[in-house]
Amino acid sequence: MNPLIELKDITFKAHTKTILDIPEFQIYDGEFLGIMGPNGAGKSTLLKLAAFLEQPTSGDILYRGEIIPNGNAPLDLRRMFSIALQQSLLLDGTVFHNIAIGLTLRKVSKSIIKEKVAHWMELFGISHLAKKNALYLSGGEAQRVNLARAMIVEPEVLFLDEPFSALDFPTKIKLMEDFKGIIETAQTTAVFVSHDLMEINYLTNRLAIIVNGEVKQSGPTPQVLEHPNASTQSFLNEWKKFYPALTGSRFPSSNLKSVEKVSLR
Amino acid sequence: MELLIDGLKKAIEMIFSGDREVFAITWLTLKVCLISILISTLIGLPLGILLGLTRFKGRRLFLLFINIGMGLPPVVAGLWITMLLWRSGPLGDLTLLYSPTAIVMAQILVSLPIVTSLTCTAFQQISDKMLLQIKALGATKIQTLVILIKQLKIAIFAAVMAGFGRVIAEVGAAMMVGGNIQGDTRILTTTIVMEVSKGNFDIALALSFILLSVALLITAVLTFLQQRKRIS
Repeated sequence: MNPLIELKDITFKAHTKTILDIPEFQIYDGEFLGIMGPNGAGKSTLLKLAAFLEQPTSGDILYRGEIIPNGNAPLDLRRMFSIALQQSLLLDGTVFHNIAIGLTLRKVSKSIIKEKVAHWMELFGISHLAKKNALYLSGGEAQRVNLARAMIVEPEVLFLDEPFSALDFPTKIKLMEDFKGIIETAQTTAVFVSHDLMEINYLTNRLAIIVNGEVKQSGPTPQVLEHPNASTQSFLNEWKKFYPALTGSRFPSSNLKSVEKVSLR
Repeated sequence: MELLIDGLKKAIEMIFSGDREVFAITWLTLKVCLISILISTLIGLPLGILLGLTRFKGRRLFLLFINIGMGLPPVVAGLWITMLLWRSGPLGDLTLLYSPTAIVMAQILVSLPIVTSLTCTAFQQISDKMLLQIKALGATKIQTLVILIKQLKIAIFAAVMAGFGRVIAEVGAAMMVGGNIQGDTRILTTTIVMEVSKGNFDIALALSFILLSVALLITAVLTFLQQRKRIS
């Protein structure tokens, strides 16, 4: 299977400090890829590089097998991707205006914009907020607008940088449930950065663990979580200690799906 | 109190009697101030955006001079423009001294740093994440600027209003470079100073009410534009 986006021999340095050092990394069509790691591991940087929003210090980024010189993607390519960040970063204007902005920037006709915004607002359950100023929404509402804004352009890859982390637990669960349904229906390739095991376990089907700027392990999510290697064990074990607090039982190391059922359903 | 009421009566009388000189002075004041602030905005807005969004060698030093310029005493600005336009000065051949153009130049000198600095401050507060988000939405550089200008509309109008406040209140430089010549460079502030020196407090007070009305009118229009379409 050919990767959609591929990173080869990538390094990213800030001043003299190496933030990322990745010999190879792939994003495949149709997958929901999780990128997990402790704070400062380089998760968000990796996401920005893969979304062509930052340029690497060295190495190549390929899109469908073709090298994008300096990782500097032309506008048309950049517009095939979408990103939703942790802070919703909505603009001062109505919810309608915020969701429509990606299409407006692409000069889509007003009638199509109206139709599409109505459709995505309905999917995310925010139709009633259309005329409200986006800056006065609750955290959960703002994230719904943020995700609808990212999805409306029907991206080839949706990049998500901890979009649920600032939400309270019940709001997070409801939104994640809705979002999972939406993304499965739309069959969008997604790359999801998080440091939350529950979010990763619930949403993703492949997982890469990144520590100190290096991808230490990757593979199908249940496999990585159940069989961490020597490099990822200490990080994942910290989560495993914490997990019973959410589920009311010991962390079921052999069957993470049961955690999903208890905590999310 | 009596003096105030007399002044107000005089102002109403001067306006409704159709005093040509008062209208000419008011019109020149309005014209000079609006041209000054327009030019200051046209230069100060892009300059402020550049200083706020980009980093280059010498930026901080440049910004320091801009910030010092915000407190530039009008008489100093007047002195510089006078020297620039003096017969033997670098622009002496243009014979602009004691003309409305000279007043406009002096007013730009005092208002440009205000517009630039306040615009820069507003744009500097845009987080890198917001810029990243706008880029990720698929915006070109021009579209990014348009979005940011719309987002910072309130702060930008505040910068323009602050600059306008400086030019409408300006008297020292206008007196120095304009000369307060009747029918040519006499504006409301310089006329008020002249009438006070002559002891004509009622006329000075009347002119001050007209000046306040002009300031109020322009500021009201700018405030309306600033607050337009604010949704809660």
